[in-house]
Order: sequence, then structure tokens, then C-alpha cells
Amino acid sequence: MSRSQQITAGFMPLLDSALIVVAKEKGFAETEGVDLALMRETSWANIRDRLAVGHFQVAHMLAPMPIACNLGLTPLVSRTIAAIALGLGGNALTVSNALWERMVEHGAPANLDAAAVGMALKTVVSEIRNLGGARLRFAIVHPHSGHNYELRYWLAASGIDPDRDIEIIVLPPPLMADAIGTGNIDGYCVGEPWNTAAVALGRGNIATVKAAIWRSSPEKVLGARAQWAEANPESLAALLRALYKAGQWCAEEGNRAELAALLAKPAYVGQPVEWMLPALSGEIRVAGGTVIRVEDFFVPFAKAATFPWKSHALWFYTQMVRWGQIQHDKANESIARDTYRPDVYRAALKPLGVALPGANAKVEGALKTATPVGSSGASLTLGPDGFFDGGLFDPDEIDRYIAEQAKSQI
Amino acid sequence: MNANVLAVLVIDENRVRASIIEAGLREAGHHNVTILHDVAGVARRIAEINPDVIVIDLGNPNRDMLENMFQLSRAVRRPVAMFVDRSDLESMEAAIEAGVSAYVVDGLKQERVKPILDLAVSRFNAYSRLMHELEEARGELENRKVVERAKGILMKSRGLSEEGAYALLRNAAMNQNRKILEIAQSLITAARLLDPGGES
Repeated sequence: MSRSQQITAGFMPLLDSALIVVAKEKGFAETEGVDLALMRETSWANIRDRLAVGHFQVAHMLAPMPIACNLGLTPLVSRTIAAIALGLGGNALTVSNALWERMVEHGAPANLDAAAVGMALKTVVSEIRNLGGARLRFAIVHPHSGHNYELRYWLAASGIDPDRDIEIIVLPPPLMADAIGTGNIDGYCVGEPWNTAAVALGRGNIATVKAAIWRSSPEKVLGARAQWAEANPESLAALLRALYKAGQWCAEEGNRAELAALLAKPAYVGQPVEWMLPALSGEIRVAGGTVIRVEDFFVPFAKAATFPWKSHALWFYTQMVRWGQIQHDKANESIARDTYRPDVYRAALKPLGVALPGANAKVEGALKTATPVGSSGASLTLGPDGFFDGGLFDPDEIDRYIAEQAKSQI
Repeated sequence: MNANVLAVLVIDENRVRASIIEAGLREAGHHNVTILHDVAGVARRIAEINPDVIVIDLGNPNRDMLENMFQLSRAVRRPVAMFVDRSDLESMEAAIEAGVSAYVVDGLKQERVKPILDLAVSRFNAYSRLMHELEEARGELENRKVVERAKGILMKSRGLSEEGAYALLRNAAMNQNRKILEIAQSLITAARLLDPGGES
């Protein structure tokens, strides 16, 4: 018997902490010989700081955060790696009742369609500009987040300049539903349950979802302190296996009610069970009360949902360049690429004999349908993974992608 | 304006703790100290105060918003960075442990900032200790009330004196290898179950 490894993980009270919570609560960590302690935090900055000083060995992190950290974009820099993703999708875009009414007047359909909703918003934005009104204000949770980049991608592809035409501010998720209620902000892009919260409280409407903007896209990762990961490869590998199995458990429809109840506990998300269910079932309530089934709203396991694709890291990097957070050069590109560690993931999961992707990167947006991929062992299906505007991101053509996006800047 | 006096801004939702820090800073000769309890309109306030050092409690859920503001906002006239003394990771850890973080304007010498952070850390810790002691005292008081009530039940139902009631509780605790408090609590619960209308 090997002695158990103590690992402390920081997390934020969000639905996509599910894999970490389940790894502990359903015994997957224990089975792997990991004594996993979970510490709830109040800000991403705290997570970063506690990871840097070693209070945490690993943490629930916004997928672009470890990259930003390694690029020196964060106030406190400490080398961080991402060796596993914590699922795909999970976010939505919520707008205030007032803004939604205006968007409906300009043809916004209540069906979460990113292109049509974006067109309506563009018309509202032009109208406001012509009338000389105050710019719409949208909130995100962090500048280095999937929320920021997917919101900006969607706005830009809809013909709205995210810096000139609207204002984007940072707010903590639990304050967002209040902020659209009071009119301090007009909309926000955030993870669950904070979109459902606004709907449940009657303060806003879900206009579109992450899965509609970029299907099967990355959202959170497990960030690990590089120094610790290098010194304790076996502990990290054991934790990765536990998280993989936790993802599998989360994906079982029969476990949904138990998972919702678990996440609702005060120690975790600490919000009503009913607020957890839409993300887990993919049944999203839109304006007028209709429920729309979004197949890939939150994907905890299928489609290699925990695989740390280098093409995901590199796409985030191109968006950091696009929005002026960092200068593009080969050194920075390498730092971004090397932050995600599919090699560590592969080595950790090898003893499980499970299906793994054959490559470490893929052309994002290329799979129009579910596609079986060649891999070791059992079968694995990827996609569909399209961007709503039909865009493609080829990680071998980074310079071209960056140049094209710079040119198409509105 | 004295160029040597640093403008210090303390953002802390906890009013008591904030005033403890403020007092400490003033004692240490920092007379240009501003306290903010909530972050509404914080950008405008920062522009007015133009602080050299900003101290924020780690429990503040708005830390991400504030950091973003320091990095981007036009409100901040000078670039602001987190105060990290790379030669002294221990003090960094102590600050995080205490629940405090500091941000400084670019170019400010470390030795001028370090005492401010140290002071904030020690005051944060003092406050936590105080709260802990207060909680313990409150707990003790609560416990004493529970034992008093259990004694009252015994005195009434068994016609015992106060000393007799206490001796009975103590003996039961010793026999069952439990605490007097636990025995008292069980007794109160049992009394409630047996006589829901009576003892409250």
C-alpha cells in the first residue's frame, strides 16, 4: 500500500467545479490514494496568489489564466501548468429585461442563435450611437477568461467593436444578477449558475450560450503549480485519473440529481438545487419561458472534454494578442503552447487504458459533425465543434489567424 | 503637499478592521490614509486620492475587478502593481495567510512600502485573534446558559437543590465519559420532546 498523498485544491463556487467536488465527494481521489482537501475562494486573484505561495498545489482555474500567468500578464507571476481540462462549455450570455425587449424589437429570436441575436444587438448598438446615448455595459468575471474572449469574438463577428461600441467591466459572478437588476450593467457573460440565477429572479434573459458561439470549447482547467507538479509527478497523475473518473461520473444522466444536490451544498456552490439543473441537463429557459435543449451546454466527459488541447491554449493566446493584452512573437507563442500539457495527461491516464486523442492539437471549428477519431484502445468521438461564424483556427497557421483578425477589426 | 508622505488607500468591507489599520498607520506617521468600505464608485475615488499604496483584504470578492482597474483604467494615472518582495517570499506568504494584499504605484521603493504591508499584516492578525477570542467567549457564555437550563430542569422535575442538580449532571458525565455540556444538551432535548408545551 502506498501512503496517501495530500493535495489541497482551491476552487470558486461555480457549477464547473463539479469534477473537483465529485473527485473528492464520490471517493475517486481516495481510490487513487489522494487525500484531497478543497478550499473555496472568493476571487481568481486569491486562487492565483495561494497557488503561488504554495497554500494550494492545484486549483480550479479559468482556462486562459495559467497562460496569462506564464506570460507575465498577472500581478503575481508563478509558473503554472494545465494538465487537464475540467469540461467544455458551461457559460451563457444574459441581458437585462430592458435590453432584451429592445433586441426583440430588432428581430432577436428567443432561440439562443448566436448569429441572429448578435445581429439584433448590433442594430441596438447602432441605434444608441445615432441617438448619442450611453454605451451598453457588459460584465465579465476576469480579463483572462473564456468569458471575455468568447464575448469579444461574438461581438466582433456580429459587427460590434467590443472596445469602442460597448463597455466591458469586471464583476464577481454572485453580483451580476443584482447588477442587471439595478441597471448598473446591461448584460454579462458568466458561468452557471449565474445566468440561471438572473432568469429565476426575473432580472434577465439568456440571449445566447457559449456552446452556440463556439461549440465544445474550453472553459476551466486544473492549474497546477509547476514547481510542485515537477517534484510530485505521481501525485499529480493520481489526481488526474481521479478527475477523469469524476468527469465520467458527472456525465451519467442517472447521477444528475445527486450531482445537483452535491453542488448546491453550502460548502460548494451554495445555491438552490434548481439553479444547478439547467446546465447539467442542457435545458435552458429563454425569454417567454420556453425551454431550449442545448446538447453541448456543459460537457464534463464526452468528446475528450478533459483533454488539454494545445490548440485551445493557442486560440486563447491569439485572443490575448487580438485584444492588445500581449505582443505576438515566437517566444510568447511557445510559452502559451507549453502551458498546456497533454503529455502529462497521457502519461497519467495510460494505466486506465482509455481512449485518447491521437494528436495534441486540432483545427478548431473543423468538425461539422461528431467524428470518430483514431486513438489507442477504445473508440472516441470528437465534435461538432464549430464557431458560430464558420471560422476556423488552425494552430499551425497562427501568424495568419492573428493577421486576419487584426485586419477584420471593426 | 509633502512629497514624502505616501497616500495610502485601504479597501476593506470590515469597518472595525479598517479603523484598526487606519489607527495603526496614523500611529506610524502615515497621515494621508483613506478608508473605503465598498467599491461603488471606486474608480472615481482612486482618481481623486491618487494613492501610492492600496491595501485590500483578500476576502473582498471584488479583487478581480480592482486588479483589472489597476491594469487598465484611465482612473489610475500611474501604473499599479501588486507588491511582491521577491527576496522575501516568507513575508508574501505571511500577508496572504493574514488575508491582505497590497498594490503599489510603479517605481516606489520597496523599503518604503514594506513597513506599511507589515503593519497591515500585523493588524489583520490582531483583528483575527480578537475575533477568535470573542467567539470563544461567546461560546463559553452559551455553554454556561445550557448548563444553567439543564440544572433548572432537574431542580424542577426532581426537586433538587442547585448543587444537587449540578452534582447529578457531573456524575452522569463522568459515568458516560462525556462532557457536562453534552449531558446538559441531551437533557434539554429530552425535556423538550417529553413536554413540548412546557420547557422552551
